Amino acid sequence: MEALLYNLTYGFSVALTLENIFYCFSGVFLGTLIGVLPGVGSLATVAMLLPLTFALPPVSAIIMLAGIYYGSEYGGSTTSILVNLPGEGSSVVTCIEGHPMARQGRAGHALAIAAIGSFFAGCVCTLVVAIFGPLLASVALQFGAPEYFSLMVMALTCASVVGGGSVLKSLAMVTLGLLVGIVGTDVNSGIWRFAFDLWTLADGISVAVVAMGVFGLTEIIKNLGDDEIPPTLLQKKITGLMPRWKDLKQAFAPILRGTAIGACFGPLPGLGGTASSFASYMVEKKVAKDPSRFGNGAIEGVAGPESANNACSQTTFIPMLTLGIPNSGTMALMLSALTIHGIAPGPQVMTSHPDLFWGLIASMWIGNAMLLILNLPLVGVWVRLLKVPYRLLFPVIITMMGIGIYSLNSDPADVFLMAFFGFTGYVVVKCRCSLPPMILGLVLGPLMEENLRRALLISRGDPTVFFTRPISLGFMIATAVLLLMFLAPVYRRARKVAPAEEEG
Amino acid sequence: MRLKIKSTEDFWAGLIFFGIGLYAIYLAWDYPMGSALRMGPGYFPTSLGAILSAFGLAIIALSFRLELENPAHVPWAFRPWLVLCGTLVVYGLMMRFELGFVPSLMTLIIGCSLAHRDVHLLETALLSVFLTAACVGVFIYGLGLPFRLFWWSY
Repeated sequence: MEALLYNLTYGFSVALTLENIFYCFSGVFLGTLIGVLPGVGSLATVAMLLPLTFALPPVSAIIMLAGIYYGSEYGGSTTSILVNLPGEGSSVVTCIEGHPMARQGRAGHALAIAAIGSFFAGCVCTLVVAIFGPLLASVALQFGAPEYFSLMVMALTCASVVGGGSVLKSLAMVTLGLLVGIVGTDVNSGIWRFAFDLWTLADGISVAVVAMGVFGLTEIIKNLGDDEIPPTLLQKKITGLMPRWKDLKQAFAPILRGTAIGACFGPLPGLGGTASSFASYMVEKKVAKDPSRFGNGAIEGVAGPESANNACSQTTFIPMLTLGIPNSGTMALMLSALTIHGIAPGPQVMTSHPDLFWGLIASMWIGNAMLLILNLPLVGVWVRLLKVPYRLLFPVIITMMGIGIYSLNSDPADVFLMAFFGFTGYVVVKCRCSLPPMILGLVLGPLMEENLRRALLISRGDPTVFFTRPISLGFMIATAVLLLMFLAPVYRRARKVAPAEEEG
Repeated sequence: MRLKIKSTEDFWAGLIFFGIGLYAIYLAWDYPMGSALRMGPGYFPTSLGAILSAFGLAIIALSFRLELENPAHVPWAFRPWLVLCGTLVVYGLMMRFELGFVPSLMTLIIGCSLAHRDVHLLETALLSVFLTAACVGVFIYGLGLPFRLFWWSY
C-alpha cells in the first residue's frame, strides 16, 4: 500500500511537469478532435496521429498517445449522441439510448452523464492498473521463452476467436500479419527476408506505415464508398450540461456496474470496448425495473456502456505494459511506439523505466480530468466541427497523413508503402476480413520467432517443451479450449448475435 | 446437386490467403531452414506460409458449402480506391524528385478531393490554397521540417 502510494506520487511528479501536461493535453485535444469526426474510430485516430509523437521523448510520447486514444474514444461518443453516426463498435451502443435522448432535447443530459461516467470509470481503473500491473509483471518476470511463445499463441487465437467476424479468416489475417512482420533483415543470420532487394524493406516495415495505410486510408476509401448521410443536428443549442440530481441518482448504479464490467473485459485479448459496452447495456436492460424504457432514451443505457467503454480503455493497457503483449490493434500501435523509442517491451519495463509506467498511469487520471473539462464546456466547438462536410474534411486528413508519413524518415518509399497497404487493405475489407488481427500479428511476428527459437534451443529442439512446462501448458490448454468453443455449435450461434468488433 | 459458391467473398479471401502462403514458401525457399534446435532464417517463414495456405484452403472449402447470412451488398468503391492510392503515389514521386513542398501538397489535396463523388472546383481550389499555406506555416516555419518549398528554392 505504501509502495503504491509512493509510486503514484512518483508518477504524478513525472506527469505533472509542464511539458508532460502539455503533451497530455494535446493528445486528449487532438484525439477528441479527430475522434469526433463521423466514421473515424479510435484505432484510425491513433494510427493517423502516431507520427506526431515520434519526435518526443519516450515518456511524453506514450502519454500523448494514450491521451489521443481515450480522447478519441470520448469524441466518438459525442458524435453518437448528437448525430447518431457511430465511429466504431463501442459507440453503437451509445447511439441506442443517447440519440433518442438528443431527439427529446436532452442531449446535454446524455453528454453530461457520459462524461461523468467515463471520468469515474477512468479514475477507478487507473487505480486498477496501478494495483494489478505490478502483480502481473512480477508473475511475468518468471516466464521463459516457452511461456512467452504459448502466451502469444493464446493471445492471437483469443483475439481471432472472440473478435467477431469469421474466425478462420481472422486466424489467416493473424498469420498474414506475422509474415509481414518477418520482412526485413534477420537478426541472427543477416539475411534479407521478403525484402525483394529493396533497401527500404531491409529495415522491416514500420507498423506506423501499415497502420496508416490499412486503418487511415482504407477507412477513408470505405467512407467515400458508402452513401453519405448528412449529419442532422437536432439541437442548435445544447443545454442541460449541468447534470441534474435525479439523473445522477439514476445513473449511479449503472456507472458502478459498467466500470466493473469494463475493468474485467479490458485486459482480455479481442474483447475491446465493443464487447464491454454491449455487455453493460444487456446487464442494465436486465436489471431495469421497467425495461420498456430502453430504446427510447434511458439514461442508464448511456451511463453503463460509456463507463464500461472507458474503464476498458484504461485496463486494456495492462497486458501491453506488463507483459509486452498487446491485446488490441490500438495497443499494438502503442507497443510499436515504445519500440521506436528503443524501449524493449516486457515485464522489466516497470523496473527499468518506472517513469514511463507510473507517469503514464498518473497521466491517465490527469487526461480523464482534462476530458471532463474539455468536453462539457467545449461541446459547442465539436458540434460546429460536425457541420463541416466530409468532402472538405477527408483531404485535410489525407494531407496530415501525407506529411506525417513523409516526416518519419524523409523517405518517399514510406508514402508508396502506405498507398500500397491502403490499396490492398480495401481489397481485404471487401473480402470481409478484419484488419486489427493483422496488426497484432505484425507487431508480435518478430517476438514470436525469437521466443520460438529460444524455446527450441533450451529444449534441444524438442517441441514438446510447450506442453511440459506447467504455465506454458496452461496457455496451450486455454488456446485449445478457445478453438473448441469456436467449433461448438451453441457458442457459434451466440456469436452471430454479437456484433463484429471493428475497433480491434 | 451441384456445389455452389455460397460466399464469393470467402472464396476470394481463401484464394488470396492460399496464394500469399504459397508465395511466402516460394520466397523462403532460398533461406536456410536449419533444424528445430537451431532455427535458420527460413524456418519460421516457411511454417507460416504453410499455415496460411492451409487456412486459405479451409476457407475456400467452406465457402462452397457454408451458407452465410448475406448482408446487404455494398458496391466496390472503385473511384476513391484508385484515385486516393494513385494520388498518394504521385505525391510520393513529387517528394522523391524534390519538386517542393507547396506543389506536392497542392497536388495531393486537389488529387484526393477528386475521389469524392461531387467535386466543387472552386471550393477545392480554395481548400488547397489555404490548407497548403497553413501546413507551410505549421510544418516548415513552426516545426522546421527541412523540405524545400518549390523546385527552385535553395
